[in-house]
Amino acid sequence: MNKVQQDSYAIEQAFAKGKAFIGFLTAGDPNLEATARYIKVMADAGADLVEIGIPFSDPVAEGEVIQRASQRALKSGALTDAIFAMVAKVRETVTIPLVFMTYLNPVYVYGAEKFFARCQALNIRGIIVPDMPYEEKGEIEDVAAAAGVTVISLIAPTSEQRIERIASDAKGFVYCVSSLGVTGVRKEITTDIAGLVQTIKKYTDVPVAIGFGIAEPEQAKAMAAVSDGAIVGSAIVKIIEAHGDAADEALGEYVKTMKAAVVSAV
Amino acid sequence: MSEVQRKGRYGEHGGQYIPEILMNAVLEVEAAYDKYKNDPDFVAELEELQVNYTGRPSILYYAKHMSEDLGGAKIYLKREDLNHTGSHKINNVLGQVLLAKRMGKKRIIAETGAGQHGVAAATAAALLGMECEIFMGKEDTERQALNVYRMELLGAKVHPVTSGTMTLKDAVSETLREWTRRVDDTYYAMGSAVGPHPFPMIVRDFQSIISKEAREQILDAEGKLPSMVLACVGGGSNAIGMFYHFIPDEGVKLVGCEAAGLGIETKEHAATLAKGTPGIFHGMRSYFVQNEYGQIAPVYSISAGLDYPGIGPEHSYLHDTGRATYVPITDEEAVTAFEYLSRTEGIIPAIESAHAVAHAMKVAPTMGRDESIIICISGRGDKDVAAMARYRGYDINE
Repeated sequence: MNKVQQDSYAIEQAFAKGKAFIGFLTAGDPNLEATARYIKVMADAGADLVEIGIPFSDPVAEGEVIQRASQRALKSGALTDAIFAMVAKVRETVTIPLVFMTYLNPVYVYGAEKFFARCQALNIRGIIVPDMPYEEKGEIEDVAAAAGVTVISLIAPTSEQRIERIASDAKGFVYCVSSLGVTGVRKEITTDIAGLVQTIKKYTDVPVAIGFGIAEPEQAKAMAAVSDGAIVGSAIVKIIEAHGDAADEALGEYVKTMKAAVVSAV
Repeated sequence: MSEVQRKGRYGEHGGQYIPEILMNAVLEVEAAYDKYKNDPDFVAELEELQVNYTGRPSILYYAKHMSEDLGGAKIYLKREDLNHTGSHKINNVLGQVLLAKRMGKKRIIAETGAGQHGVAAATAAALLGMECEIFMGKEDTERQALNVYRMELLGAKVHPVTSGTMTLKDAVSETLREWTRRVDDTYYAMGSAVGPHPFPMIVRDFQSIISKEAREQILDAEGKLPSMVLACVGGGSNAIGMFYHFIPDEGVKLVGCEAAGLGIETKEHAATLAKGTPGIFHGMRSYFVQNEYGQIAPVYSISAGLDYPGIGPEHSYLHDTGRATYVPITDEEAVTAFEYLSRTEGIIPAIESAHAVAHAMKVAPTMGRDESIIICISGRGDKDVAAMARYRGYDINE
């Protein structure tokens, strides 16, 4: 472990210096060695937090881009234990906050206590579970919290009267889903996202970051302008899909551009 | 587990594990169902359709030749194959599409495996004036090409699903994805007793008419309850419907017949309770065929309708408590039963239902003549004839 204080791993650090750029990639796409490099590339290019996707065979909340990445990753042998080993290597040099994003079944079947103990050892401080709504978060929340892992809450344009309950209970940050549908690049986001974020902020002081459909710098800037940060997944995965094992440069450039766009938002 | 059951739970199974985008939609379905399930107008409209459109009650047929041939328990067939559209699926779909209409929805979406639920959903949508879109694994659209055209004939749009293994599980995933895209005016008519609460409950309630009728019919015919009730199980909708009103009758054995494909000692099966482990997928905690990292396994059965790596949460509960037992039936056993029932009784069952017939063939001879067995013939076998011919080596195309 290096000199950096443990605190640098905390989710709040992602939002400590202003608007956050959050990137997602699927662990094991195209292989775990590449993923380890790509996390470092993203961190060096200015990503404030990286979501590491643990692939699931049947990701019901994902669009085609991340579905394909999940399949490639599973084919490459990215099993949960191998992913933990990869993150351990990453942690030798990367000190920004990292969170896992995965479906409930891989965590449940691995054993939540064992899973979060591994997270704790790796200073992974958060988890996003797209198929676990507020009502079911008891499934893992206490076990995660005991290991210092925050379960990130999602709020969608359809959440309506549920917003108060979810937001007032939220920790780490709120993952605000920009629009209906599954993950994937969208030409435009038509939801009244500013209104949604304002409603969320009535009930919580934790940062609100917007994800789903963000690919272009202008979109990232617009989303960051009305919130505390932008989350980009499919657009990053598309770059990795296009460049395979040699996406380092394109990925670094892209994250730099997106980070600059987010920072320029007022 | 606390003694107080959480909402939508069957023991530890069930729940509502779905993306936040869909939570309000699911809660809305739950509230609407609570409101209408005992509403006299709703109940009367559904009953009228069951009688005059579906053709209920379905017959409880005494299979005399089969009973005599096997020697042992008397065998009765609950003839859901005689329903309009040819399977039990219509029972559920008429209820759900009526509910969707009461909720002001305009569009029905549904998954289908063999195509029976898709055909039933398209039928109900045509009857009740709703748009209908069906998601069906690409492999299944090829196995069941006639049903694809049947759905289109009924005015539905069929989307071949090319993700994952291109079968029923992927069709469920894709229908869930479609629901997140367009949720306002759209109702997901879940075809089996699976998915997030309240779907396993709603589907069970609408299918429970099977056992409600069968229980009265067998008491009329035999003056006593059967020793055993048999049904095939994929997701488990005909089985839960066939079991439901017999659950309190402790002397009645409830047996679900899972698809063992090429055998449960191989990887080519869909026998969830024989080979599965607890997991959380498709909105529910239940048993699933999966690896030690929680990745859902590809499953196989000759029957597209049983080709699913999970099972409804209430079945998992009945399995855990021992109230029902679940047995694996191979492709070969099912095809033999398909042929046997055709020859002995002149009834061609769906290959799904043939899995239950196969188990009856094993156990009836070991039982007494004073005992009876009811087999749910969940669907008719016309859709399977070409595939069965090919299985036996005939070069026949649909």
